[in-house]
Order: sequence, then C-alpha cells, then structure tokens
Amino acid sequence: MMNIGIVSYGAYIPMNRIRIEEIAETWGRNPDDIKKGLNVFEKTVPSPDEDTATISVTASRYALSRVNIDPKDIGAIFIGSESHPYAVKPTSTIVGEAISAVPELMAADYEFACKAGTAAIQNCMALVRSGMIRYGLAIGADTAQSAPGDALEYTASAGGAAFIIGKEKVIARINCTCSFATDTPDFWRREARKYPKHGGRFTGAPAYFRHIIGAAKLLMEKMKTKPEDYDYAIFHQPNGKFPVTVGKRLGFDRKQLEQGLLTPYIGNTYSGSSPLGLCSVLDVAKPGDRILMVSYGSGAGSDAFDITVTDEIENFDRDKAPTVRELMERKRYISYAIYAKYRNLLYWE
Amino acid sequence: MRDVAIIGVGITKFGELWDKSFRNLISEAGTKAILDAGIEGKDIDALYVGSMSPGRFVGQEHIGALVADCSGLDTLHIPATRIEGACASGGMALRQAYISVASGINDIVVVGGVEKMTDVVGGEATNILAMAADQEWEAFFGVTFPGLYAMIARRHMYEYGTTREQMAEVAVKNHENGLLNPNAHFHRKITVEDVLNSPKVADPLTLLDCSPISDGAAALILAPLDEARKYTDKIVKIIGSGQASDSLALHGREDICTLRATVEASKQAYKQAGIEPKDVDVAEVHDCFTIAEILAIEDLGFVKKGEGGKAVEEGMTRLDGEIPVNPSGGLKAKGHPVGATGIAQAAEIVLQLRGEAGKRQVKDAEIGLTHNIGGSGASCVVHIMEVI
Repeated sequence: MMNIGIVSYGAYIPMNRIRIEEIAETWGRNPDDIKKGLNVFEKTVPSPDEDTATISVTASRYALSRVNIDPKDIGAIFIGSESHPYAVKPTSTIVGEAISAVPELMAADYEFACKAGTAAIQNCMALVRSGMIRYGLAIGADTAQSAPGDALEYTASAGGAAFIIGKEKVIARINCTCSFATDTPDFWRREARKYPKHGGRFTGAPAYFRHIIGAAKLLMEKMKTKPEDYDYAIFHQPNGKFPVTVGKRLGFDRKQLEQGLLTPYIGNTYSGSSPLGLCSVLDVAKPGDRILMVSYGSGAGSDAFDITVTDEIENFDRDKAPTVRELMERKRYISYAIYAKYRNLLYWE
Repeated sequence: MRDVAIIGVGITKFGELWDKSFRNLISEAGTKAILDAGIEGKDIDALYVGSMSPGRFVGQEHIGALVADCSGLDTLHIPATRIEGACASGGMALRQAYISVASGINDIVVVGGVEKMTDVVGGEATNILAMAADQEWEAFFGVTFPGLYAMIARRHMYEYGTTREQMAEVAVKNHENGLLNPNAHFHRKITVEDVLNSPKVADPLTLLDCSPISDGAAALILAPLDEARKYTDKIVKIIGSGQASDSLALHGREDICTLRATVEASKQAYKQAGIEPKDVDVAEVHDCFTIAEILAIEDLGFVKKGEGGKAVEEGMTRLDGEIPVNPSGGLKAKGHPVGATGIAQAAEIVLQLRGEAGKRQVKDAEIGLTHNIGGSGASCVVHIMEVI
C-alpha cells in the first residue's frame, strides 16, 4: 500500500478574543446559561485586515517552514471555506502566489459548509495517489459570519489549518477515508445574503449526529476498528457540547477527545474546526498514535479519516512554527464595540 | 337530532417529527382510528379535518381533499372538508362532524386534526401563530401570543393575587402526567424552580410556561348511537357540544381575566348534557400557557373566578385530585400541534372513559370534558362525553 498522508501542517488563529459574557450582556442574556449550554467560553475574532486568504497564507507558510519542500513541487491548492473573500475569484490563487507555488498549479476553492477543508484533503490524496501531483496543499479556513443577536454569534469564529499531502516523508499516514452525505438542509446561506440561517434543533439529531455517526461507523467497519483502537478522536466542533456527546455515543471517552477539542476557547472556526483539532493532536503525537477525525458540513455530510502517526514525525521540525496551544495563548480581549467595528456591524452613511 | 357516539380513536406521537410529513401524520392517525373502530373505507360517508395553517407551515392548502386522497379514500368521492378556527380548528371540526351525524345527513364520519409545525424555522412559527391574533390591532404592533397571555397573567396576578408559583404548578403537573403518556412530546419531570428559572419569554411567562411547537395528528370516528353497538361495546356518547366566539383582540373584552367564549360554550354544553361542572370526572383543557389552564378551570365553573391558582396549588386538578385536568399532559407536555389539539383532547377523553388510558387512567371516569381555545379566547369549543 502506498504511504499517502500528511507531510506537514500549519495552523493559524487570529489573536483577538471576545468573551461569551461580552456578547450575552449586549443582548440581555444570561452568560452562564450560554456557557453551560454550549460549553464555549470565548471565541476568536479576525482583525479588519484578516480574512480567509490571509489565514490560509499564514497557515500554509507555517506548514512550509516545517519541511524542506520547494513550493514549486506543490501541484494543487484547494481551499475549503464558506467565507472566501470573493464570490467570484479564487482564494487558492492568492495563496498560490503568496507561497510561490504558481504558475504550474491546479487551484480551486471548495465550499461545503464546515467540511470543505477535509474534502480538500481527500482530493489531494487522490491526485497524489494517481501520480498527477507530487504534493497537494489542502486548507480549511474561515472567518465565519453570524447575524448580531443570533445563537451563532456565540460561536462563529475565525481560524484555519493547512496540510501538505504527499507520499514522501509522511508524518501521519492516512490509512482510509470515507464520506457520508445526504441532502439535509440544517444550515444555509443564500446567494448574496450576509448571514446564514439555521434550523435550530434540526441541526442536531438529523444533521450533525446522523452524519458524524454514519461516517465514523462506516470508517470503523471498513478498517475493522473499535473506538479503543484510537489514541485520539476529533469530531467537528460547532460548540463544545456536540463533539463530546457524539464521542460518547460512539464509545469514545473524554481523554481521547481532549487534545483535539478547541471550540471552548476559540469558538467554531467552521472549515478550520476539525482540521485545527487535528493540528493540535499532531503537535503532541508520537509515532504509532492512531487518530480518528470526522468533519461535518451542513447540508449535509461528514468525511472520516483513519490516521496513523509515523516514525518520520521524530525527524520533523515541529518547532519551526507555532503550535495550536501557542496560538491559543497569544490573545487580546476585545469589547463588543470593537467586535462590532471589526465585524462590520456598524452602519453609517 | 340523533344521538352521536365516538366509536374509534387514533393518535400519532407528538413532537419534532422530522421524518414525518403533514400527510404521513394525518393518514397515520386516520388509519389508527379506522382500525380502532373496525370500520372499512366504504362505510365512511364524510370526512372533516381541522388544521390551522398548513398553507404557511408546509405550503399546502386544499386540505380536505388532500386528506381523503392520502388516506386512500379518493375513489369513494366522499365530501371532505377542512375547518379552520386557529388553535380551535380541531374542536370545531369535531363539532361540525357531530352536527352532520346528529342531523341525519351522514352516518359514519371521520374527523381529524393535524399540524406539521417544525418545517419552518425559529420565529417563523410564532409569526404564523400570531395570524390568529388581530392583525391590525395586535400583531401589527408586535404582539405575539406569549405577549397576549402574559398580559392576561399580569392582570390575573393583580386582580386575584395569583402567583408565579401557582402558574408554574400547572406546568409541573402536566409534565408529570406527560411522563405517563407514551405519545407525549416531552417525557421530563420538571420542578417549580425549573419553570421560574427557565428563560423569560414574555414577562411573567418563562419558557416552561409555554406549550411547545409540535408535529402531530389525531382522528376520531363518529357514528349514530343506534349504530354504534355494531362496532364496539365501549360506547362513548357525545352528550354536549358548545361553541362560542368573542372579540378577536384582547382589548375588545370587558375583562381580560375571563374568556367569555369559554363561559358561553360550556354553558351550552352543560345545558345540553344536563349536568353541572361538578359532575365532570376528567377534563382536557386548553393550556397553551400555564395561565390559560387557570382561566379554563375558572371559566368552565370548576372553581370560582380568581381561585384557579389556589386550586392548582392545592392539587385539585392532579391525576388523583377532585377533577383531574389534562391527564394526557395537556398542550404543555403532550405537545400542541395546533390543528390536532382539539381532536387529541377528545381522543384522550374517549380513552379515559373507556378505561384504556394506561398509567394515567383517572379512576372511575364516566363523564369527560374537552375545552379547545382559538387565539387568545376569540373562539372556544366545549364537548362533554359520557361512557354508556
């Protein structure tokens, strides 16, 4: 079997944070109810000069800094996001130019709510396996939108992760990946609309839980594995509660989830959500560690990955770029007024 | 006028039923009622169905023919009529079905109630329900039903010293009863503190004072009493039927703490039945909000005006109380798919009178009453039934 997998990775999250208290008090809600209900305490906020392109560029540069790869050998860049800065004009070419991977480059932007980043990983794997490219760069990044006062405002945040996929010096082998998708309208944003809408509790049982459980079970059936075979499990994290509940339902314990569970302190980074969880696990993983990752995108679908960390991680320059923990600790708190300014919620003529 | 009996009942599970459509729900309830009665399709002379706003909830009107069609009755070409009276649509459909059998025009009649409410998101359901308020004088200014009932609750507290705790007791009792009803939307025990500490909806009402947005359907089979014995030994006879109306907007009423429509509709029903309120053994009343159950037991004459809160607090309306109210869990815990509610109430009373209500069975129940309200009290339908 060809060893295809992650050759390097990089993460980025903005340094601004807003506390749940700050948002809840603005809307006359009890912050303790929200923190308890969502298991989220603060979230990241992009500065006015940060967007999906800048987040993707930084995460990609961090990934490149950890390995000795000529950017010209990257044959494909796919970026999954639901906040591409342009409706028409790719983010992937901006990133390609910034890291000098142009012009012999397959570039495309993906959208599948919060799971387009993992779809990018799958397609890079396929292109590497077929021999069409040597390395592929798969990115999941977002500056998620939420209407002022909506329940989403407590979680919608910004961040992203980049993975160089290849077959040489693989630090984490992807043993298997599979997907589970149906037409389930739990969350959407129509063309030209600023903010998404969602189906309330419909986003739970028939959407998030059905698809994650479906994909995870499918993968474990194919691989003939059980929850206890994995050292780490990462599930998409729209809030701090769903991934813990879905993990429990599938038979994983809290210890397997802890390292990859970031939402309580950074919010839901959408396309960056499970990829950032994977980065956090790779920050500490040892050779032989086995990882299960399942993303979720509304609309709806899940991509599941069975990953084994290789001996190569011992020769890998993890220290050349910041870890997810380091990025999480680099923070400054902002008020709702600053948040409103940064997120363009103020109106004047 | 002929005597009329209910010979069959059918009800679906109530709740957020994402895998069941409007037509799935009503045909399931109808089929259950037909099987319960032991009739065949060709026996059916007419069909009535109560539904409040399928047009807005699922984009479907022309409900009468649709229900006949999706129930496999299309080739019989029976008259099929939809009745609308806001949240009293079900009760009104039952009354129309009752009148049609009593008059001698029809013999066997199917009457159903249905609402599929969870296909719309968030506040949209509240907006749709607000269409049952006065658009020009109430809804236009931003009032929704929780707001209207909150005003009633405030006034009731002011006039009669009714407390928040007494209102909360209604929800606590109905959730307790709902635990015993397998079809109920909620199976969760709650406390007075839970109610008081739940998120505020419209002061003084909190989330747990309010009935939920539910999907569900219920159906009944009606027959002339003379023919009822052909189908069943446990005959439940409709001995009283009343309906009344009032001003659509709250401000049109002399006293917002009394729903005159309830007083008038129940007066008609008691008179026809030849009974008094104290003769009622079990009642299903319209507790769309906790304060509404307090109003109901007062306006139906179970207690004097102003004493409803105290009666609830003292346990008079509990399953083992003097007059058990809402043994099904009521709208609060059983759920409130608006068009289905009036029929579901009657289905519960039939089960209670037949002695088939399982763990929530009221002991020795012989006479039962249903009370179905539309809007903030602009419509009311009351039925009284007796097992014979």
